Order: sequence, then C-alpha cells, then structure tokens
Amino acid sequence: MKILVCISKSPDTTAKIAFTDNNTKFATDGVQWIINPYDEWYALVKAIEIKEKDPSAVIHLVTVGGADAEPVIRKALALGGDEAIRINTASQDSFYIASQIAETAKQGAYDLVLAGKETIDYNSASIGGMVAELLGLPYVSLATRLDLNGNTVAVTREIEGGEELCEVNIPAVVSCQKGMAEARIPNMRGIMAARTKSLKVTEPVAAEHLTSIVRFELPPAKAGVKLIPADDAAELVKILHEEVKVI
Amino acid sequence: MSVLIFIDQSEGQVKKGALEALSYGAKVAAQLGLSAEGVVLGKLSEDIAALGKYGVKKIYHVADEQLNHLDAQVFTDVIAQVVQSSGATVIVFSNNTDGKAIAPRLSAKLKAGLVSGAVALPDTGNGFSVKKSVFSGKAFAHVAIHTDIKIIAVNPNSFSTAASGGDNAEVVNFNATIAAPKVKVTGVNKVKGEIPLSEAEIVVSGGRGLKGPENWGMIEELAKLLSAATACSRPVADTHWRPHHEHVGQTGLAIAPNLYIAIGISGAIQHLAGVNRSKTIVVINKDPEAPFFKAADYGIVGDAFEVVPRIIEEVKKLKGVA
Ligand SMILES: Cc1cc2nc3c(=O)[nH]c(=O)nc-3n(C[C@H](O)[C@H](O)[C@H](O)COP(=O)(O)OP(=O)(O)OC[C@H]3O[C@@H](n4cnc5c(N)ncnc54)[C@H](O)[C@@H]3O)c2cc1C
Ligand SMILES: Nc1ncnc2c1ncn2[C@@H]1O[C@H](COP(=O)(O)O)[C@@H](O)[C@H]1O
Repeated sequence: MKILVCISKSPDTTAKIAFTDNNTKFATDGVQWIINPYDEWYALVKAIEIKEKDPSAVIHLVTVGGADAEPVIRKALALGGDEAIRINTASQDSFYIASQIAETAKQGAYDLVLAGKETIDYNSASIGGMVAELLGLPYVSLATRLDLNGNTVAVTREIEGGEELCEVNIPAVVSCQKGMAEARIPNMRGIMAARTKSLKVTEPVAAEHLTSIVRFELPPAKAGVKLIPADDAAELVKILHEEVKVI
Repeated sequence: MSVLIFIDQSEGQVKKGALEALSYGAKVAAQLGLSAEGVVLGKLSEDIAALGKYGVKKIYHVADEQLNHLDAQVFTDVIAQVVQSSGATVIVFSNNTDGKAIAPRLSAKLKAGLVSGAVALPDTGNGFSVKKSVFSGKAFAHVAIHTDIKIIAVNPNSFSTAASGGDNAEVVNFNATIAAPKVKVTGVNKVKGEIPLSEAEIVVSGGRGLKGPENWGMIEELAKLLSAATACSRPVADTHWRPHHEHVGQTGLAIAPNLYIAIGISGAIQHLAGVNRSKTIVVINKDPEAPFFKAADYGIVGDAFEVVPRIIEEVKKLKGVA
C-alpha cells in the first residue's frame, strides 16, 4: 500500500487578510503558516490510520512550493509521513500545480492519492479532480469516510442534504474533509524522527498556466450592527419581514 | 459557439445549484452574444424542455441509466463529447458537490482554464476574468482565464434561481460513448424532511452558549417555522451535540444564505469564515462584547433561553400559526 498525500501550506486561520503591490499580492508580513487544515486533519491523519492498521503501508507527502514551504512539510513528517517531496516552484494556477503532483504520482505508482477538500486561501477545490484526470484515475470528492478493504475502498461522499456511499478499486484519488479522521498533534518522538526523514527537492516539469490572478479585493465593511432590545422580539421579526423581506 | 450549462440532478430532481447555473449561464450567453445551451445526464423526472424558461434554447440529454449516479470520470468524458460536438466555448457549473467533482476534471481534460467559486458575471473588458471568493469569504480575487474554452463554477446562493421567461427548450437526445463507471454507488442517505444546509435560504445556528443538546428543541422549532436549515459551531459538532454535517465555518461547510441567525455563538474568526457571505446576519448573544456583533446586521444582547422563545411567538403570529 503506497499512499501519496498532497500537502499545501496556508495562512493561519486567524491571519489578517490584506494585500500589497496594488492589490496583486497577499500581504505575508507577520503571517504564520500552517498545514492546510483539510490536508492535515483529514488527508494525512487518514493515511496514518491506514498505516497503523497495515504497518507495511508507506506514506509519501508532496508539496508544490518554494523553500518557505519546508517548515510546514516538516511538521507533516512529524505527524507521520515517511518521506516528503517538495517540487520547487510557486504558482497560483491549479492546473500547473496539479500537473506537478500528477508527475510525481505517476513516478511513484501510488495506490491512493489523498488531497484536502480545498485550500483555505484560494478555495479552489480543484487540484484533486485535476490530478485524477491527468492520471486517468477515478475520483471521489468531498469524502467524509474511507475504509480500505483489500483492493477496494469504501468511501462516503457529501452530497446536497446527505451522503452517498461508494466503492471504487484502487488506484484512486480522494479529496478529504471533516468526518474522515480526528485531528492529532505531533508528539516529541515524531518531531525528533522527522529531522532524519528524507525531504527530496525536485524541479518542476513543463506545464501550462491556464489562469492567473489579476487582483484581489476586500469586501466592503459592514455598516455596523443595529441592536434591538432583548424584550422586543416583535421589532426584530417586523424588520426581517418588512424591511429586509427575508421571512 | 455557445455557453453550455451543466444541469445536475439528484434522484431525478434538478438541483437548486443547477437553476442558479442556468440563470447565470443565460446571462453570460447574452453578454457574449452566444446561445445558451444545457446538458442533462441521467434520467430526469421533470420536464426537461420546460427548463427553457431559464433562458436555455437547447438541451442535450444523455438518458443512459449508468449516468443516474455520479462517476466524475465518466461524466467528464460525456460532457467533453457534448462540448466538442456543440462547439461550446464557455461551460458553466454550480460549484456544488457535483460541480466540485466534475469541473476540475473537465478543466484538465480540455486544458480549459477554470474559475471555481465565481460570484459575478465575467468581465470581458480586457481579456476574460471572473471574480471569485477567496480566503474563505474574507476577500475576492479577479482571475483571468487564458484558454479558448473557459469553465466557470458559480458559488451556490450567489445568483438567483429566477426564471427569465423563455420558451420551451429544444431537447436533443445526445448519443455519447459511455465507459462503465468505476465508482459504484452502493447507497444514498438523505436527511429526510430537512432542508439541505448548503441550499437553504435561511439558517438557524446554535453554539456552545446553548449548554447542551437537550436545548436544541427551540432551535429546531424556529427553523421549522421559518423553513430554515439548522447549523452549529465546530465545538458543538465535535462534542456530538449535533451531527457533523451541521458544522459551519472554516473547516466545516461554507454557506451563503439570505438570513443567518446565530444563537449563543461567539463569532470566532474561523466560524465567520464559513458564514460571512450570508446576506443578513442576526446575532443573539448574552455577551455584548461577543465578536459576532461586529459582523452582524442585527443583534440582540440577551439570554437565548428568553429571547428565542419570544422570537418563536412573534414568528408564529406573523405566519398565523397557533
Ligand atoms: C484551525 C481552526 C479551525 C476552526 N474551524 C472552525 C469552524 O469551522 N467552525 C467553528 O464554528 N469554529 C471553528 N474553530 C473554533 C473557533 O475558534 C471557536 O472556538 C468556536 O467557533 C467557538 O464556538 P462557539 O461560539 O459555539 O463557543 P464559545 O466560543 O464558547 O461561545 C459561546 C457563546 O455563547 C454565548 N452564550 C453563553 N450562554 C448564552 C446564553 N444563555 N444566551 C446567549 N448567549 C450565550 C457566550 O457569550 C459566547 O459568546 C476553529 C478553530 C481553529 C483553531
Ligand atoms: N501547492 C500545493 N502542493 C501540494 N498539494 C496542494 C497544493 N495546493 C493544493 N494542494 C492539494 O489540493 C487540495 C485542494 O486544493 P485547491 O484545489 O487549491 O483548493 C489541497 O487541500 C491540497 O491537498
């Protein structure tokens, strides 16, 4: 069993969102970087759970990013990956990133490729599907549960208002979200072990950029809250009915 | 050349996201001077031609039984055949659960640039760019697509589902080559009688301030009166007071209803990240310093156990319920 987990770095969930260079770049000053929560809590921990049941399983991590992605990938190794690969290029185009991951996946002949549901900065939810297409593999997106039974995986995926239970033979690509696994924190042994684990840096393959970010924009500030006295529920209901017209 | 809109369905019913995609796609077609066309995969229990009222002139239908359930690989392949035969240059999806599965695959297959999470019509003044939601609703990005074929996945609840009043569409039975699905769907569990949170126009949400699962009766009652879905903060789902699928926020579901009523929720930045696209936010919290009030349109500082029953009474009066 060989598993490839896609790890991206994202700004800490409390980071201030601001832009520089005429609103073309995210202002990274003072920003703490974390493992994208979907990649960490769900994709990576799921891989670790599989390995706990089957110690012969191997977990490789891949990240597409510059040297600034290394602390995050080291932390992922401390949680439980066996080896990591960093593809040395920075890009904001999903197809370009997916092309890099697909190349690594092809070379490693993985049984399972796990990605997060989406990155919490660009919210594209695209890379898993693109990697699957580039590899010609089946794809189950937005998975909340995954059980491995020999050569098949039983996966539960989110649909509007419920869930769908599916079965698919490996190799396959799955994008992971809440429900998949419980969040963990790295322990001291893991952190020590991570120092000696292999982190290989490779150069990107040629691939196209299909999109690019022209500029960012912040939403207009809220006008401010209108407070209604606690004993005047009638006023609230009246406003929602007559002014806002939502109820 | 045309704009092709994917009309997704679940158990024979057209999804709400598909109606939003149709209204959006028809507007894009009008903007670009192209015709709007749709594609339906699998069996539909509704009248397909009637979807013309959303502004589509022609709908390609691939009625094969194998397409009743989603296998993203097979769907992508079939849609690509429709794109090729119809000469579509813009393809529109809902950025709902199906759109997130298919649109990226189609993008890679056709090498057509994708913008997912679109919140506005494309800007064609200088090239072709689409505004999308980024940083979990805390900002927007304008993303340029550089390829001849362009794919847009529109965020749920960002566009109306209103019909523009066109005639019946011409329905074309499309003959596609369909590979056997590799993803076998073995079951569907739908929460019966509840409004799907991701599609709800009104959401009533509870946090740790409600003290325990036994106090959710008033939340459910208010939701029922308003035809709303129920949601919760992360600790509430983590402690199993409420099911996981109700968890909204940065690491849960991101929603954008017309009205979000937050009861006993502090309004941590990670919670706001999932609800800040709501059009109107009402906050009920006993702490006047709760950060949620900064993001709210209307607020009541008070004890939820007193305030919510009063609201229920007033809504009952409004709706004429005894
Ligand atoms: C990486 C990361 C990701 C996260 N993702 C999410 C996420 O997706 N979604 C999410 O919700 N959280 C998320 N969190 C957690 C978040 O930081 C908060 O801890 C959480 O939202 C708090 O939930 P709460 O408001 O229900 O509880 P609390 O913070 O405990 O707030 C309870 C509120 O209820 C009020 N209250 C108490 N009693 C009453 C009463 N009788 N009447 C009225 N009001 C009352 C209190 O004044 C208080 O404001 C995340 C955290 C991290 C670190
Ligand atoms: N630069 C990257 N390197 C490795 N994996 C990535 C990268 N960007 C995104 N991913 C993976 O793809 C998932 C979806 O990302 P996105 O399509 O950008 O929302 C993430 O949760 C990661 O698992």
